[in-house]
Amino acid sequence: MGAFFFLPLLLVLVISFASRGTYGGVEWSFSLANYATVADPLYLKIFLHSLVLALVATVLCLVLGFPLAYYIARLPVRWQGVWLLLVMIPFWTNFLVRTYAWIFMLRTEGLLNSLLIGSGLIDKPLEVLFSDTAVLIGLVYGYLPFMVLPLYAAIERLPRSVVEAAWDLYAPAWAVFWRVILPLTKPGVVAGCILVFIPSLGAFITPDLLGGARSMMVGNLIQHEYLVVRDWPFGSAVSFVLMGLVLTGLMAYLRTEETMNKPGEER
Amino acid sequence: MQSTRGQIGHWVMLHVAWCFFVACGPTPDDGPKKAPQVGGSAGPSATLHYFTWSDYVDEQLIEAFERKAGVKIVVDTFGSNEELLAKLQSGASGYDLAVPSDFMVSIMIKQGLLAELDLAKIPNSKLVLDWLQKLPFDPESRYSIPYLWGTVGIGYNSEVIASPPDSWTVLWDPRYKGKISMLNDQREVFGAALRSMGHSINAKDPRVIGEAKAKLVAQKPLVKTYSSETYHQLLAFGDVVLAQGWGGAVARAMAERPSIQYVIPKEGGTVWADCLVVLRTSRHRDLAMQFINYLLDSEVAARTTDRLLFASSNRESKDLVQSTIRENPAVYPPGAALDRLEWMADVGEAIRLYDRAWTELKLE
Repeated sequence: MGAFFFLPLLLVLVISFASRGTYGGVEWSFSLANYATVADPLYLKIFLHSLVLALVATVLCLVLGFPLAYYIARLPVRWQGVWLLLVMIPFWTNFLVRTYAWIFMLRTEGLLNSLLIGSGLIDKPLEVLFSDTAVLIGLVYGYLPFMVLPLYAAIERLPRSVVEAAWDLYAPAWAVFWRVILPLTKPGVVAGCILVFIPSLGAFITPDLLGGARSMMVGNLIQHEYLVVRDWPFGSAVSFVLMGLVLTGLMAYLRTEETMNKPGEER
Repeated sequence: MQSTRGQIGHWVMLHVAWCFFVACGPTPDDGPKKAPQVGGSAGPSATLHYFTWSDYVDEQLIEAFERKAGVKIVVDTFGSNEELLAKLQSGASGYDLAVPSDFMVSIMIKQGLLAELDLAKIPNSKLVLDWLQKLPFDPESRYSIPYLWGTVGIGYNSEVIASPPDSWTVLWDPRYKGKISMLNDQREVFGAALRSMGHSINAKDPRVIGEAKAKLVAQKPLVKTYSSETYHQLLAFGDVVLAQGWGGAVARAMAERPSIQYVIPKEGGTVWADCLVVLRTSRHRDLAMQFINYLLDSEVAARTTDRLLFASSNRESKDLVQSTIRENPAVYPPGAALDRLEWMADVGEAIRLYDRAWTELKLE
């Protein structure tokens, strides 16, 4: 199994040091030029833009997903299954089809605008489609289940007695959440954030369809380099830089966790 | 010694995986399973692998050929010329014939991917329109025969735009802010800007490409979306009133909203032709050429145009298509417009300039 994971990666790594032939083939000469190009401010801007969008999408998923997961985890067990099923049902439909459905909902004369105008909340249609807002909606919609499921697993294991003890000791609501619930469900929060952040960072269908291809995320850049410019070496280098960034972030996080959880320092 | 055994296990796995990888590499699963026929004339069990654009065949016409020639045709699809090239370059050798566009034909010839055609076996090639013969991308018509062709122009909603536009500059008109869509295709978008400034769409001069970029940056606030797939729906639904687009797709929008019109601007637009080619790796070349001859038949070509809304290269077929389609300028541009059209050529290393300018445009 490991081989199937590492072989393609190895291939991509090797290609990232090659260069593009005039007709788009791969010319085998070792150079770091592709990585130097990634450092160009133009491409760094794409990375920054993607990072910001992915971060905002992750925070939104967490804010929306936590109450939902908490609610499900506190339901009677037989209802929990039903709710979890409802969370997962969207996966039965192709992601592309669901993204197209959002186009129809967000259009100028679409469902959202007719509902808002019909209820008298606004009098001019909102121009949501083909903007970064639409991209965010698409990302949050697409990856919310990845946040809810690990959160549910963590909250479900949280003993009720601990929360009740906090209330009994007259902790204010914010303290119950901030000092009891959140620290005890932290593994779920971290897992959910990772599962949402990483695919958001590499998304390319959502920015193309809901963002109207008006801007680029890293995923679009990679797709563009591979399929349009046929510069596989540069596309591979971008992929590896992206992967390096994600790995560095994860390692840094694990490192801080380790130092914080060292025996003796635990409170 | 657990760890050592573990490592050996890893190496065995890696080795097995590598062998599998190598074995599968050159011949994809969908390649022909049967041994090749010697001498050409294929028996009833032969299978022809046809690699074409998505939604680019009429099932009934394919079935008719299967019955007539006693063969099986397996259709596989691609979404862009680049995808076609990438699949063939990465070693997919199971295909017999494909449908690359003009500029991709020249790249595929240079890459040695195509087999020479024997025009004696394709008598219908004589029916190809004069102006589609011996084109710059295959000057001696040795490797390719044009199949379907069309133009890139402007689709507009005549309910909103009262006076018919005649210039690319209408796409820079601030009155239609947020109601304009452009193709999500760097060469076509730059082509529109270059043409509006009186340059060739195949400009290679960095200064000229830079000027075109500045013009497109100025246009961006007016553009609702860069889309190559959904613009005909956006036109039909009224989300945009002006769309740079392929004639055939605009013709589809017309079917849903009759007020949609199509124009090839006076500065000229792009003309394209998708061509039938036989791949060098094909083991059924004669059969492939027989199939090409069938697709180029006047009646078959007319039915193809009826179904796909793209004009055929066959000069006799135009009289045989439905009259509404025959008179539709999005499918058959008026004769005067033909002189203003330009073929998109491979720009070689200058593609780097377009690529960078395109990325910069997207980040504005």
